[in-house]
Amino acid sequence: MNLSAAAISPRPIRRRTVPIHALTSCDISLPEAQALALVGPSGCGKSTLLLLMAGLEKPTEGSLWFRGIPLTQPRREIALVLQDYGLFPWKTVRRNVELGLRIRGERIDRRDVERLLAELDIAEKADVYPQQLSGGQKQRVALARALVLNPSLLLLDEPFAALDTITRERLQDLVATTWRKRKFGMALVTHNIQEAVRLGHRILVMGGTPGTVLGCVENPNACSPYYRGSDEFYEISRQVRRQLEQHA
Amino acid sequence: MKSKLGYIWGIAALLTAWQISSWCSGEAIVAGPVTVLLKLVSEAGTGRFWTNVGASSLRIVAALSLAFVTAVPLGLFLGSSPRADRIAKPLIYLTYPVPKIVFLPLVLLFFGLGDWGKIVMLSIILFFQLLITTRDAARGVSRSARYSLYSLGGTRRHLFAHVIWPSCLPSVFTALRIATGTVVAVLFFVESIGTRYGMGFYILDAWGRADVPQIFVGIVVLAVMGVVLYEAFDILERIFCRWNQL
Repeated sequence: MNLSAAAISPRPIRRRTVPIHALTSCDISLPEAQALALVGPSGCGKSTLLLLMAGLEKPTEGSLWFRGIPLTQPRREIALVLQDYGLFPWKTVRRNVELGLRIRGERIDRRDVERLLAELDIAEKADVYPQQLSGGQKQRVALARALVLNPSLLLLDEPFAALDTITRERLQDLVATTWRKRKFGMALVTHNIQEAVRLGHRILVMGGTPGTVLGCVENPNACSPYYRGSDEFYEISRQVRRQLEQHA
Repeated sequence: MKSKLGYIWGIAALLTAWQISSWCSGEAIVAGPVTVLLKLVSEAGTGRFWTNVGASSLRIVAALSLAFVTAVPLGLFLGSSPRADRIAKPLIYLTYPVPKIVFLPLVLLFFGLGDWGKIVMLSIILFFQLLITTRDAARGVSRSARYSLYSLGGTRRHLFAHVIWPSCLPSVFTALRIATGTVVAVLFFVESIGTRYGMGFYILDAWGRADVPQIFVGIVVLAVMGVVLYEAFDILERIFCRWNQL
């Protein structure tokens, strides 16, 4: 997979008031089965960039490419999990999870769905409605709905922002475990430095001015088990923090 | 159970107030509940009474159906298409405040004095209530819900089927429940013109003959029709919008 703005497009991408100027100087190409974390302050264009990657918004200038094809509309290989989960309250958990398959006209294998729900620890909630779930459970359902499509690229827009610390860390570990099992590409938007370091093999640090990329931090051991408590984890967290603080 | 108890309390309070006002003003002006009940029982044994009930019920159901199939799809369309809404908005805003009942002579001229004229008049009044509620509900569908659906590979057709329609359904039922009050009130008015069937005619006929108990029978039947419709929409909402009752 090659998801890139600058590496392929000769012009910087720009969306409304969020010009992604600095992408020209920062290669954000994402190799297959690697995770990119976008970290930066509010309003810096992280979510806009993610929506552009999802093909849900079109750049006003420039272009993004996915496996050599310009990204102008949503693609089957790309799944998105939104900050507010984007679950449909009128559908049960099972119906929410199966919706993507139903829409795409794909065969729904109930056993596959059950297995995925069990993997994400929400099997017993299959027949309840989203409003009967906690925030963490809703996020698991949103993840299940994306993962059931077997995406090559999973986009996560501040997926754990509304959760308490313990639930957040559990879900980060769950995403890391799922990534190790399935090896999909991943792009994650977050405010949280430790979350970026836990899940992003490449951390793109964005500045306060919309679209400014301050730098990239390589983090090859992201998603590894027991990575959170390691010296490397804290060292990379400090590096990311320094970059953010220098330009704050 | 609470709802049933509420109804029992409401009916008891209403009957008490009714009986007191009957004692105060006399049976010649306000027929008491017992007198009306006896009259209702005797009327229920006649075919004429059921013809009137049937005619009114048919007009109500037909008008609600006609308004529903025209206003709801249009409301969903306008609410989800800003361009179409921009074009239609001035027309809606100019026509909405006009009391539609003033069009009654014109409607009867176009559609005749028979059932169609009355059904169309009722539908026009209900149309705007349903249209505006549905349009506003469709406009309220969040960007996040649209993104979710499109990111799953959905098209505009899927957006209607899986997002816009189900999210608007509770508002549509609310509009229908509000419409029941309107439809029964306007029914009485339209049935007072050029007809010999319907509860409106039944009440006015009784009035002409100074048959006070029959006037009250007519009022009770219209009230029951309104309650039955209201409850029917409530039950339908509980079935189709179970998610909204949690």
